[in-house]
Amino acid sequence: MQPWDPATYVDQMAQLLQLPLHPDHRAGVIENFARFLPLAQQVLEFPLPPTVEPDPTFNPQP
Amino acid sequence: MTPDPPLLGSADGFAIARAVRQGSVSAQAVVAACLERIRQRDPQLNAFTAVLEASALQAAERLDRQVAKGIPVGPLAGVPFAVKNLFDVAGLTTLAGSAINRENSPATQDATVVARLKQAGAILVGTLNMDEYAYGFVTENSHYGPTRNPHDLSRSAGGSSGGSAAAVAGGLVPLSLGSDTNGSIRVPAALCGIYGLKPTYGRLSRAGVALLAPSFDHVGPLARSVADLALSFDAMQGPDPQDPVCARRPANPTFGQLGQGIQGLRIAVADDYFLRGAEPHILAGVEKVAQALGAQQTVRIPETERARAAAFLITAAEGANLHLHHLRTRPHDFDPATRDRFLAGALLPASWILQAQRFRRWYRQQLQALFQEIDLFIAPTTPCSAPLLGQEKMVIAGVEVLTRPNLGLYTQPLSFVGLPVLSVPLRESGSLPFGVQLVAAPYQEANLLRAAAHLEALGIPDAWPA
Repeated sequence: MQPWDPATYVDQMAQLLQLPLHPDHRAGVIENFARFLPLAQQVLEFPLPPTVEPDPTFNPQP
Repeated sequence: MTPDPPLLGSADGFAIARAVRQGSVSAQAVVAACLERIRQRDPQLNAFTAVLEASALQAAERLDRQVAKGIPVGPLAGVPFAVKNLFDVAGLTTLAGSAINRENSPATQDATVVARLKQAGAILVGTLNMDEYAYGFVTENSHYGPTRNPHDLSRSAGGSSGGSAAAVAGGLVPLSLGSDTNGSIRVPAALCGIYGLKPTYGRLSRAGVALLAPSFDHVGPLARSVADLALSFDAMQGPDPQDPVCARRPANPTFGQLGQGIQGLRIAVADDYFLRGAEPHILAGVEKVAQALGAQQTVRIPETERARAAAFLITAAEGANLHLHHLRTRPHDFDPATRDRFLAGALLPASWILQAQRFRRWYRQQLQALFQEIDLFIAPTTPCSAPLLGQEKMVIAGVEVLTRPNLGLYTQPLSFVGLPVLSVPLRESGSLPFGVQLVAAPYQEANLLRAAAHLEALGIPDAWPA
C-alpha cells in the first residue's frame, strides 16, 4: 500500500466539493489538513459500541 | 449630581445600578463618563469596532426621566455594556469580525440577550472586536487590527472575545457579552484578568448571534465582579423560541443565592490532563483556589485529550460548512488566520465527524457519572498568561507548540460537553493575570456563582481594572 498523501486528498476532495483552491492558499490548506490527521486518528482509534449514538444537536442533560 | 469618572472606571455594574436607582448619580453622567473613558483608552486597546454614543445618551436620558418620576427601573439600571460584534444590534451591520459581513444589511432587531439586558436597564455603548467568525484565541484580526491586553499593550487580550475582555479589564465598561465555542469567553477573561461565565449549552439564547460551530456555540457575560455576572446572567435567562437549542426550562435566578457560600458543595480538583503542561504560577493558582474552597479530593476525567481532538474536528467541519459559499467564491476576503483552517475543515470526511459526535456522547456520560460524586471541580483556564501579540509558538510541558490553538488546552474539552464554567481571575503582585475554571454539572450555574462569590469575599480573585 502506498503512503497516503494529504496533498492528493485535498486536491481531489476540493474538486469534488467544487471548492477551488487558489495556488496561494493550497499549501496552507494542506498544512492545516495534515494537522487534523492525528486528531482524527485519536478519535477513530477509540472503540465505541454501535449503541453509542452521535450527538450532533447537543443536549447536555437528556 | 456630579459624576465621579474615576469611580465609574472601577465600579462594578451592581454599584452603578444602585447609585442610579437611588438617584445619587444620573445614568447620563455614568454613560458620559464611560464614553469619555472609551475615547481616552480605546485608541491603545482597539477593543471597540463601533461606539453608539447618541443612542446610549438617549437611553440614559430616558432612564433618568423614569427614575425622576419614581418609575421602577431594572437591576442593571444605567449600567453601560458592550457586545462582541457577532451579536445583532438593531441598525448596525453584524460584522462577526469579518470583512465579508460588512456588505450585509444592518440588523433589524437586537439579539435576544442584548434586548434582555436593555430591558433590565443596561445601556449599550458599542460593539467589540473579535477573531474573524470567532475562529481563534488571540483577536489578532487582519481586518480590524489586534486588540491589546490592558495589562501589557504588547500582549494579546486572548480571543475570540478579545474586545469583550479588554473593554472590561481596561475599565471602559463594567460588563460585556462574548461567545464561547471552545473557550472564547474563558480564555480572554483569564488573560485580561476578569470574570467570564460560559453557561450551560443552550441556557442562554443565541438568537441573533452569528455562529461559528452551532453544536458548541454559547453566549455569556464578562465582568469585574461576581454580582455583575449573576445579575446579567439572570437578566438573560429564559426560553427563547427563536433559538432552536435554547433550553425550555424556567429561569433560575442566581443573584439571591450568592450569599449562600459553599456549604454543601462537594468540590474537587481535576488532575491528570488538567494539571499537565501549565506554567508553575498557574498551578499555584489552582492550588490557592482549591485551598480556599476546601477542595481536598481530586478527580480524573478520562480521555480528555481525545475530547479536545474531537472538538477540533467538529468545530472545523461545522464552521467550514456555514461559510462554504464564501469559501468557494471569495476566499481572498477571509482573514488569512482563519481561511486555510476553514478550507481544510470543509474537506473532512463525514466518518470523522460522526465518530467525534459519538465520542462526545460517551465523554458526556463520563462527566455525568462524575457529577454524581461531586458538585464542582477546579481546573486551570489557560496553560500560561497572555502571550505576546504575534507570538507563534510557546512551550507546554517542555514541548514547543503553536500558541493559538493551545490557549484552549483546558477550555475546549469542557465546552465539548456543554458544561457551565466560570473563569475566576487571579494575579500575583506585579505579574500578568491568569484564570482558574470552576466547572459544574449542567444547569448548575448557581453553584459556580456561589463558589466564585465565596472566593471574592475572601479576596482571592483580582479583577481590578488595568
